[in-house]
Amino acid sequence: MTPVLRRAEPVMGTVFSFAVRDPGPDTAQVLDRIAERLHRIDAVFSPYRTDSDISRLDRGELGLDACDPQVPAVLAACREVAAETDGWFTERPGGRLDPSGWVKGWAIEEAARMLHASGSREHCVSGGGDVQTAGGPWRVGVAHPLRPGRLAAVLGGRGLAVATSGTAERGAHVVDPHTGRPAGGLASLTLVGDPGTGIARTDAWTTAAFAMGPDRALAWAARRPGVEALAVLPDGTKRWTDGLPRHLPPAGPADWHPAAAS
Amino acid sequence: MRRAVVSSAATAAGIVLLLSLKPHGGAGAAPVISSGGTGGATDTSSGSSSGSAGSSGSSGSSGSSSTRTVTGDAANTRYGPVQVKVTLDGSRITNVDVIQYPSNDHRDQEINSYALPLLNQEAIAAQSAQIDVVSGATYTSAGYTRSLQSALDKAGR
Repeated sequence: MTPVLRRAEPVMGTVFSFAVRDPGPDTAQVLDRIAERLHRIDAVFSPYRTDSDISRLDRGELGLDACDPQVPAVLAACREVAAETDGWFTERPGGRLDPSGWVKGWAIEEAARMLHASGSREHCVSGGGDVQTAGGPWRVGVAHPLRPGRLAAVLGGRGLAVATSGTAERGAHVVDPHTGRPAGGLASLTLVGDPGTGIARTDAWTTAAFAMGPDRALAWAARRPGVEALAVLPDGTKRWTDGLPRHLPPAGPADWHPAAAS
Repeated sequence: MRRAVVSSAATAAGIVLLLSLKPHGGAGAAPVISSGGTGGATDTSSGSSSGSAGSSGSSGSSGSSSTRTVTGDAANTRYGPVQVKVTLDGSRITNVDVIQYPSNDHRDQEINSYALPLLNQEAIAAQSAQIDVVSGATYTSAGYTRSLQSALDKAGR
């Protein structure tokens, strides 16, 4: 059996990791090119770099026409997501232009696309804990937001996108676009996108739905085709949409970890 | 001083992963985070009290002949150095010890107590075919992955 090729690349203030189950002779070089592409995306879109196209556009030093050609497409995608989420997504959280809520997931999707173009049909790309899988099945653990080191659930399936927003690691960092204040009501929210949905949308939707709070987020996810939700509330209670259990692997209970206590 | 023991089990395969975490002030030489032991084949979590943090290369442990440990390079991060030691049974990782990690302030300890066990879980669970990847572990340590990679490179795995 061919060993899984794994690679990690620190970029965009986090770590991207890759697992390729069907590596070919060129896969290592493809991963090099992907890493270059990710750093390029960061250079263009990072709001934390004063010389990025996004920062210069926001300061009025650069016209949209003069930006990298992908900037208008990304901003258009942000507007689409804002419409899809009834205004709960914004490319201006906190006022400044910051399309990161779309860009990270899109970057993961770009990486997966490059692997696909190189011939791989069995891979998994994680961008700081947001995951796109191809082929499979892959087993994706969902970090428990209240119990460090433990998992809240294990999800399994083929071609899934899994994104989690939470307060555990970075504190209250999702802002309610309607009030400008940190969103409350959820310890974490995980969305699972069907193969047709992709991690860019799934990730941006997760940020938006986290800001909605549990009731609205679950109702929104239940209405929207191609996505399911798992919510962990601040008291540890879990709630999920009706379709989520089809993403639970047959042998994997939602509470994977307590089995150790027996 | 805090001590947390985190354990996970996958009932299907009967494989038990045990992660234990003992944060100390300052970067310690002794293994502070240990995870592993699949099927009881190896147990090295208490066997390295002398803890030569700077050494690299293989050092045989007194277990089965195919068990060996490899220390990764110390990887510098903006929080400080991170270094892991990997125990392999043949080409299979059975244990990952984090022998050096930054713990200068409370926030770093929080990050480490969360991210490092998760990464350990990923590294070991990855081969037990239980978990391939973890969603929600956003603050993963670049240093951990770099040090682990260097250890695996040295192990020729």
